[in-house]
Order: sequence, then structure tokens, then C-alpha cells
Amino acid sequence: MPSRSCPRPSPAWKTDAVRVLVAMSGGVDSSVAAARVAAEVGPANVVGATLRLWGGPSDSGCCSVADVEDARRVAESLGLVHRVFNLSDEFETRVVAPYVAGHAAGLTPNPCIECNRSIKFDTLLDRARRLGFDALATGHHARRVTDPSGRHRLLRGADPAKDQSYVLAMLGQDQLGRVLFPVGDMTKAEVRAEAARLGMRTAAKPDSQDVCFIRSDVGRARFLGERLELHPGHLVDDGSGARLGTVEAVELVTVGQRRGMGHGTDGRRRYVTAVDVRSGEVRVGPPEAAMSDAVDLRSPSWVDAAPPPGTPVVAQCSAHGPPLDATVERTGRAGTLRVRFDEPARRVAPGQTVALYAADDPTSVLGSGIAR
Amino acid sequence: MRSYLDHAATTPVRPEALEAMLPYLSGTAGNPSGMHASARAARRAVDDARESIADLLGASPGEVVFTSGGTEADNLAVHAATAAAGADGPPPSALVCSAIEHAAVLRAVDRAAARTGSRLSMVPAGADGIVDLDALADACTGDVTLVAVMAVNNEVGTVQPVAEVADAVRARAPRAALLVDAVQAAPWADVASLAGPADLVAVSAHKFGGPSGVGVLVARGTRPVTPLLVGGGQERDRRAGTPNVAGIVGMAAALRAASETRAATAARVAALRDRLVDGLLAAVPTASETGDRSRKVAGNAHLTFAGIEAEELLVLLDDAGVDASSGASCASGALEPSHVLAAMGLGGLARSGLRLSLGWTTTAAEVDRALEVVPEAVARLED
Repeated sequence: MPSRSCPRPSPAWKTDAVRVLVAMSGGVDSSVAAARVAAEVGPANVVGATLRLWGGPSDSGCCSVADVEDARRVAESLGLVHRVFNLSDEFETRVVAPYVAGHAAGLTPNPCIECNRSIKFDTLLDRARRLGFDALATGHHARRVTDPSGRHRLLRGADPAKDQSYVLAMLGQDQLGRVLFPVGDMTKAEVRAEAARLGMRTAAKPDSQDVCFIRSDVGRARFLGERLELHPGHLVDDGSGARLGTVEAVELVTVGQRRGMGHGTDGRRRYVTAVDVRSGEVRVGPPEAAMSDAVDLRSPSWVDAAPPPGTPVVAQCSAHGPPLDATVERTGRAGTLRVRFDEPARRVAPGQTVALYAADDPTSVLGSGIAR
Repeated sequence: MRSYLDHAATTPVRPEALEAMLPYLSGTAGNPSGMHASARAARRAVDDARESIADLLGASPGEVVFTSGGTEADNLAVHAATAAAGADGPPPSALVCSAIEHAAVLRAVDRAAARTGSRLSMVPAGADGIVDLDALADACTGDVTLVAVMAVNNEVGTVQPVAEVADAVRARAPRAALLVDAVQAAPWADVASLAGPADLVAVSAHKFGGPSGVGVLVARGTRPVTPLLVGGGQERDRRAGTPNVAGIVGMAAALRAASETRAATAARVAALRDRLVDGLLAAVPTASETGDRSRKVAGNAHLTFAGIEAEELLVLLDDAGVDASSGASCASGALEPSHVLAAMGLGGLARSGLRLSLGWTTTAAEVDRALEVVPEAVARLED
């Protein structure tokens, strides 16, 4: 069974696929992913594709002309045909607009997960199939393992610091059967070393940061402010109900946030415990009020079968959040489930994704859901 | 064998052009601005080319400004028209532009409108691919300083009614300069007559068998051409920079060759085009032809395939050896939805257009290949 100590070179991602489309962002991970796939199935059977997702200004994502050029030059150096796909309409409709609408509703959406769900592993995966590709490879740090029975499992990447299984935890069997993660068994240092060995121009390129469609000099607040009407709100003490002050824009406040919330009379920091956009109320409380025993999830999706109630799991509530021991429970409401933490955990902001891993194999993704 | 059906993007260099250029690429061609024999030889070559091109475009040599291509010619034209109007009186208050112009005109006009604070009227086209003359006439008011209507649309190939446009402009907007982007017209039509009524005419060499990177702005009349590029004062102070001697010579040779063979080439290519379009319409039930074929240049075949993403179709065609295109591409190489189809009221098909453009080298075998490959590719995507 593949594990972190899996000896190389015997790639866990070995593939029977004949023609492979590699999503190349212009970053180092997908550059090396392309190289590995090309070495495996031959450059003539590999096409590199860069997605143009964002028509607006961007400096940190995968959509700038400079990034496309990096991807194209790397693909050319590997002997691959390179293409650019314009999926910006889909990205606007399925990622950006829901992100804005989520904030308008007081949620904290994760657009990177939506992009994986709707763009890379839906629109692009479908396109790959229509264009005659057997598989889609990406540079994600995660591993797909296929059991002898033909069932696919999704495992954390070999580099714990770079593991991206959290943002892939919505993948199911159908998608996993058609994807490859060629660098999932490598550490980031190994990826960079391999890129350098191959003389790739992307070898020392910094990792992309944050939300690709929000320019760092603009920031989330201004971006959202240009797309939705922001409303002032008031801070309310979660315990006493006393009004404590105001916030500039209730839509920009996240459950669990402490920045800008001040300190309680006892001098301890205050945390946001709830946001109600309609009434403009932001409830805050002491650190213990920001903790919770459980989180309810909607829209659950599973890598394989759904775990029955009572199943012990490990929950991860943000991209780099700690693994939390928990148990899956029923909620009594169709299409939802409850994740009960063994120890109280930081309250999960509604809209955030919670990824669940197997308690007896905490590298193995079970599935995910979105916090209610 | 590949089928190259993207001549409207660029067409192979004609042997006459290559031959004419070689001495200026391989020998000691001087800088035409110099005072020695090598410079004089280069200057003479440029002057000869200018006279030949002026003759073929229906201009006087002094009206020919050499540029780096169609985009620069369009930009220079817009700049000239808007800068001039600002200088000798009130600032321009209105610009008129057809909505099916090439991006080189659209964006130059956009920028000029923003810079001068002018009103910009966009004139739509009908489903036939022809600019709406009534809307154009309505937009032509006395304060208009520039009207831009192309001679032939680059995507759907329709020949625009330049004479009628000019009549409307002269009657209703007497201050206006008329810019006719003739980049796509030059391989197929007599620019001298088609764009004859225009004040400003842009052409690009690589569309008619010359090299890329060289073009012409014809600037008629006494309207001053304020340069975009300043420096050594070349091109009578209208465009600074050492002229691209080889390119200019090649452009002249290509235009001569294209003009001399135009009628025969157009007749031959139109027959191929008709066979191609009719064959595709018969083979693909969801296909429809864009625009009025009787008003198109010979080399243009444009179809839409409802429900098909052109971006995917083009990949399959490329894989199968057919070089084709769709709407405009952005700098990264991604396909943009067609603003031309949108302006024609076909916005729902703006991502489903296929342009197969034929040219002077197109063979029956290339058309046969496309007739075989396109229906297969569409069927695969419809699955």
C-alpha cells in the first residue's frame, strides 16, 4: 500500500492512460507534473493546457500572460503541444459570482474549492474527455491510489506542508478514475529540485498565494465592495446582548474572526461567533464562545461510500487547519450530516469546507461537506 | 498533409515578394535617410514601392505612410483624426464606429474617446453581416470627427457598403474623417475603388502575401497626420523610424502580384469556398452559415455550430490537420467570444463560430480534407 515512505521511482500515479491532458498553471508543480506524465506516456500523447479563468486584473493566480508564457515554454521544452482554454465565463458564473453571493449572504466561501469542483474537475475534465484524453493530470499535492478492486482512494500528498487533499476532498470515484496527480508523492523540495534538474524556467517561481482573482493590492474588501453593496453592522455581545460597537461591512466579517473585534471587559480578545447579514448583527464573545462541539455540513460528497453514523473520522476545517478527531452523526435533516469533535474546536464559518479523513488511516480522504 | 485554412490570419509569402526582398535582407542595404550610394539605393527602392503601392491603392505617393502593419495604421489613423480635430477648434465631441471593427480600431477609438472626452456611438450590423446604414446615418451628426467602418469584416468576410457609408458621412457629418480598415479587403477587392471615398485607409502586407510587420496608412487630403511615433522625422514627419526597406519592397511586390491575379484567384477560391460551405451545411445539421454569402469576399467561409464550443472544435481540427480559427484571440492565445457575432445579433453563438479562410494557395485537396474532418469533429463534440 502506498504510503509516505513509498519508494521512488515507482510512481504511485502510474497510469494506463494513453493520452493525457495536463493542466499547466505556469507554476513549478504542474511543470514537473507535465514532465513526469510525458516521461511516462511519451510527449506525443500529452497536451499541456493553461486555463484562462479571469478576464479582470490579477497578479497571483494562473491567468496572467506571463504565467501562460511560462507554461507554454515549459510545455515546449518537454515537446508537448500547449493550448490555452478560455473558461473565464464558466469561472465567473460558477466561482466568482457564487463567491460574491456567498459573502452577501454572510458566508465564507472557498473559491479555490469551487474552482476545483466546477472548473478543473468538471468543465475541464469533460472537455478532456470530449477531446479524446483518457486522463487529466494536475500539479496538486495529493495522491490517487487505485485498489485491486478498481476503487480509487484519495490520499494526502507526501509533503505534509504542501498537502492539497483538502481542496480536492469533493472528488468522487468517477472523477478520480480520470485524474492523475503526478507530483503527489514528491515533497515540494523534490519538485523544485526536479524542475531545476530539467532546467525549467519555473523551478524557482514562488508559490501562488491567496485567491487568484483578487489582486493583492486591491484586497478582498475592495473587490467585494465593487461587486456588492456592503452594509455597516453592529457588534453585539453574545452573552449579554449588549451593543458593543459597529463594523464597516457586515459582509466582510467571518465567524471565528478576532481582528477588529476588540477585547472584552476582562481584557481577553473577542471572537466573532455569528454573523447575520439581514439584521446587520455580528455577535462576538470570549475565546471559549468561539469554540464548538460540532459542525453541520451540507452538500456532502464522498470519495467512496458514505461513512455510516458513528464512524470515527479526522476533520480538517481549513486549507491548513489542524486534523481534529471527530465522529460522523446524523442531523435528522436530509442531505446533511453532523461532525462532532472529540474536543471543542474553533467554530467553522458557514460556507467553509470541512474535509473528512479516515480515523484509522488519516491520510485517506473520505469526503467533504460545506459548513452550514 | 495539413489543410491551412486560416489565410485571413496570415497568408503565405508570395514568391514575388520573397524574391524582391532578398537583396535587402542579404546585401548591404543602406538606411534610406543616408547620403551615400547604399542609402540612395535603399531610398529608391522605398520610393519605387511607395509609387507602386499608391497606384494600386488609388492614392498619390505622398498619401502613403508606411507603418509596422495594419494595427499601427489603424491606430495612427484614429490618432490623426482625433488629434487634428482637437487642434483646430473645439475638441471632438463624437466618434462613430461600427461594432464589427477589428480590435485595432475598436480599442484605438475607445481610447481616443476617453482621452478627448468624446461621445462614442457604436453602429451594429445585421444578421447579414452588413453594418446597419440607418443606424449609421442616425449616428452621423454635425459634431462627429471620425467614422470608422471597415471594408471587409475579418471574421465573417462581408464587404461593407463603403460608398453608402461615405455618402451618409459627407451629407451629415461634414467634419468627420472616414477611416476604412481595408486589411481584409486587399487580397480580394480593388481597394482603390472599394475604399476610394475614404480619408484614411489601412492595409497590412501579410494578408496579401507580403511579410508580416509592414503595412500602409493612406491619408488623403490636407488633414494633418500627427505622428504616434516621433524621432527622425521619416515618412514626412508622420511616422518616425527607419523604414523596413525589405518589408516595404516585399509588400509592393506582393500587392502587385495579388492585384494582377486577383480576378482569377477570387473566381477559383470562391468555387472552392462554395463547395466547402455547401458541403458542411449538408453534412452537419446544426451548422448554419454566417452572413450573406453573396456579399462576402471569396476566401471567407464562416459557420456556426449551435451547442458546440469553438475552442474545442478548433482543437479537434488541429489534431486532425486542419488549421482554422474562430473569433479573436487574446494575448495569451485563448479564444474570446466573438464581438462580431454579438454585434450581428448572434450573441448566443459567439463561442460557436468557425472561420475557414481560404487564400491564394488553397487547393481542392485542402478543402476535401476539411469536408471530411469538420463533420467528424462536430459529431464527436455533439456526442
